[in-house]
Amino acid sequence: MAIWLLARSRTIIQRLPKMMPCFGVLYHSSSSFHYSASPSSSFLMSHGPRRLTSGTTPFFFFFSRPESTKAHTQLEQLYTSEDDDDQAIDFPGGKVAYTCEMRFISESAEKRVPCYRVLDDNGELVSHSNHVQVSKEMGVKMYTNMVTLQIMDSVFYELQRQGRISFYVTSMGEEAVNIASAAALSAHDVILPQYREPGVLLWRGFTLEDFANQLMGNKADFGKGRQMPIHYGSNSLNYFTVSSPIATQLPQAAGVAYSLKMDAKNACAVTYFGDGSTSEGDFHAALNFAAVMEAPVIFFCRNNGWAISTPVQEQFRSDGIVVKGQGYGIRGIRVDGNDALAVYSAVHTAREMAITESRPILIEALTYRAGHHSTSDDSTKYRPIHEIEYWKMTRNPVNRFKKWVEKNGWWEDKDEVELRSSVKKQLLEAIRVAEKTEKPSVEEIFNDVYDQLPSNLEEQERLLRQAIHNHPEDYPSDVPSRRHFPPISVPEEYAEDIFSVSSNCSPSANGWRERDSY
Amino acid sequence: MTVREALNSALDEEMSADHKVFLMGEEVGEYQGAYKISKGLLEKYGPERVLDTPITEAGFTGIGVGAAYYGLRPVVEFMTFNFSMQVLSGQQSCFAIDHIINSAAKSNYMSAGQISVPIVFRGPNGAAAGVGAQHSQCYAAWYASCPGLKVLSPYSSEDARGLLKAAIRDPDPVVFLENELLYGESFPVSDEALDSSFCLPIGKAKIEREGKDVTITAFSKMVGYALKAAEILSKEGINAEVINLRSIRPLDRSTINASVRKTNRLVTVEEGFPQHGVGAEICTSVIEESFGYLDAPVERVAGADVPMPYAANLERLAVPQVEDIVRAAKRACYRSVPMAAAA
Ligand SMILES: Cc1ncc(C[n+]2csc(CCOP(=O)(O)OP(=O)(O)O)c2C)c(N)n1
Repeated sequence: MAIWLLARSRTIIQRLPKMMPCFGVLYHSSSSFHYSASPSSSFLMSHGPRRLTSGTTPFFFFFSRPESTKAHTQLEQLYTSEDDDDQAIDFPGGKVAYTCEMRFISESAEKRVPCYRVLDDNGELVSHSNHVQVSKEMGVKMYTNMVTLQIMDSVFYELQRQGRISFYVTSMGEEAVNIASAAALSAHDVILPQYREPGVLLWRGFTLEDFANQLMGNKADFGKGRQMPIHYGSNSLNYFTVSSPIATQLPQAAGVAYSLKMDAKNACAVTYFGDGSTSEGDFHAALNFAAVMEAPVIFFCRNNGWAISTPVQEQFRSDGIVVKGQGYGIRGIRVDGNDALAVYSAVHTAREMAITESRPILIEALTYRAGHHSTSDDSTKYRPIHEIEYWKMTRNPVNRFKKWVEKNGWWEDKDEVELRSSVKKQLLEAIRVAEKTEKPSVEEIFNDVYDQLPSNLEEQERLLRQAIHNHPEDYPSDVPSRRHFPPISVPEEYAEDIFSVSSNCSPSANGWRERDSY
Repeated sequence: MTVREALNSALDEEMSADHKVFLMGEEVGEYQGAYKISKGLLEKYGPERVLDTPITEAGFTGIGVGAAYYGLRPVVEFMTFNFSMQVLSGQQSCFAIDHIINSAAKSNYMSAGQISVPIVFRGPNGAAAGVGAQHSQCYAAWYASCPGLKVLSPYSSEDARGLLKAAIRDPDPVVFLENELLYGESFPVSDEALDSSFCLPIGKAKIEREGKDVTITAFSKMVGYALKAAEILSKEGINAEVINLRSIRPLDRSTINASVRKTNRLVTVEEGFPQHGVGAEICTSVIEESFGYLDAPVERVAGADVPMPYAANLERLAVPQVEDIVRAAKRACYRSVPMAAAA
């Protein structure tokens, strides 16, 4: 029997050359993404400010939605142009017109949904661009944060290479996505991250010391050494702890947003995810629920082209992510993720709509994972080096934004030198201190499994301490201890038996049932 | 032969022997699997039989189950991060657990034997190193508690070859729990085990080391630890018998009980959580069938009853170590009898 399920028609040999043009050569071709210097961004203007729904957005003069996708127009035509007007069916959700034509809706629009941008690759404002104004203070802060994130990534990555931390993930190539989106939000907005958005945390005030402590898993880490590196989190900064299984944060974000709405908070939930994550059922459940519950949540997709070694063409056959919003009744926009101003403007506007109209918004940022997936990956094995180089150099989001702040006269070479050296110095010092800081103490194994330490865990902890006490040679020396348990003291001759009895009674076996006294 | 090569050769041979066998999962084709277990298979069998999937565990598990309903023999791989970093198999299989438990395990029964589900779910399981709570969990007890599933867990290269072949040939759904840290380990393999017809029986444990003083049961990576512990114990005059369970469900109760009847002492070892764990089941079996033979309380060595912490020092304390097994065995051997009398 033929296996047709999910079968891919190409072999590796056929596939590699096909993969190459996917991103690298794009810029020479006109067949797919239009990233090149064509002034096509004026699409916003040329199509005029039509609106999809009656919900309007009175708060920004500059705002006009690029809703005029081909798919949309096609759908409209399909249902309006040749319909038999007096023949319509009243159906839950609204009137549906009849048509005598048997026409299947196309699987895709003729043209891909365009990508909103403000700055071209040289950091010049494209003509007719409409965007949210950015002050000098804001612009400089965005730029310095992007640079800080860059330096953080290169230093921490190196740290992992030296074996001083077990794992690291960089955000290289996605600095604009990280920082500009964070800059457009309020500190009250609740973030549910994936793992490639540490810049949001940086923007909100997580210090280099905080990052270093988490990576080292020392006692100063807010996570008490429980989570693997890059799984940062901060309650006070409204940033949920990173969760390893991908996409679980998406339905949770809809839940958080619902709760914000119930509390009538002037805030929304914002959740980040990669293109790969949209294949999980959680993505689809999240969008559907958010739409139905009218939850103020921004779904921010970093479409960086790759999910580890899986390119987007192997992940889905739709025109990226943005079109999926419509399927669930969610408004969306596609934005150039390497254009900090475009990201800033889109998120700023999305936030206002989400909160004032109480609705979810989907943002798809086209960007590129310029680094390896993680320190466990070597991406040159599955993607061409020239593709990586192209995105690292020509389409570098930090360089592009730098040109813009420089042109504004906000930034000079000497600021650059100063910034880089001071961040580096501060970072190295943070690492030095974090590495020397004590590891979490023994009780941190047991704390927080439950709200209150239950008796069985108390018992385990006691036994563990006893074992460490009796056999220090079997245990690591770097286990500090804060909680004080009186040692079990028994007369020598009974020791063996009493330990045995208690072991019979104890329902919780574990690796360190230490009742031996030899 | 490394465990990786053993698994790869078993897949290769079974795919070549039966055209209905196919492999699917995240990155199994082009990338040859996160751990290179499927190395060379895409080239040899083509993209119709080595399928890269989108990241939808529940999706491709369901698709695999459907394909098995309809006569194919899918091997579903739950991936991990690349190279030697992260164990995600358990976590991913949890995304897909509804299909595994409610569809794969029960369909044969619910359809009165009309729909069998010859499928294998495989991938690394249990704790790796430095990857925290969500990447370090043993699912042996979870799946082993479910009737309709068979649960295998290889230790050596011979186990890996023989058991994977058995799993693929088996008409029932099999959960096949590998261990990331063992993939690169080499074990001698007999000529017999190298033969393409080689296969191990499901439900049979293997006595890795004979002994008379205490029985130590273990599976997967912990077999190696138990053997090391036995080595240390032998220097102190304790002759431990080490049983490699190989099959968690069905559990080879007779081999375990026969051993305990000989040694009169039992230590169970596993990485998973203690409550309702594999050790708990073994302990019950021995209490039920060989209570009169026990000369000491059963010792269970298991992971700590907490989610896995990341910090290296805490992680070290949360998973069983060779020393824990040694001390547990000593306790079992040096105890006076009967225990209760001491109260
Ligand atoms: C449920 C689940 N399946 C698989 C994985 C393994 N995994 C980790 S990251 C990743 C790729 C995610 O890609 P994407 O969402 O595009 O984010 P990116 O890494 O590109 O930023 C995969 C498959 C996981 N962590 N969780």
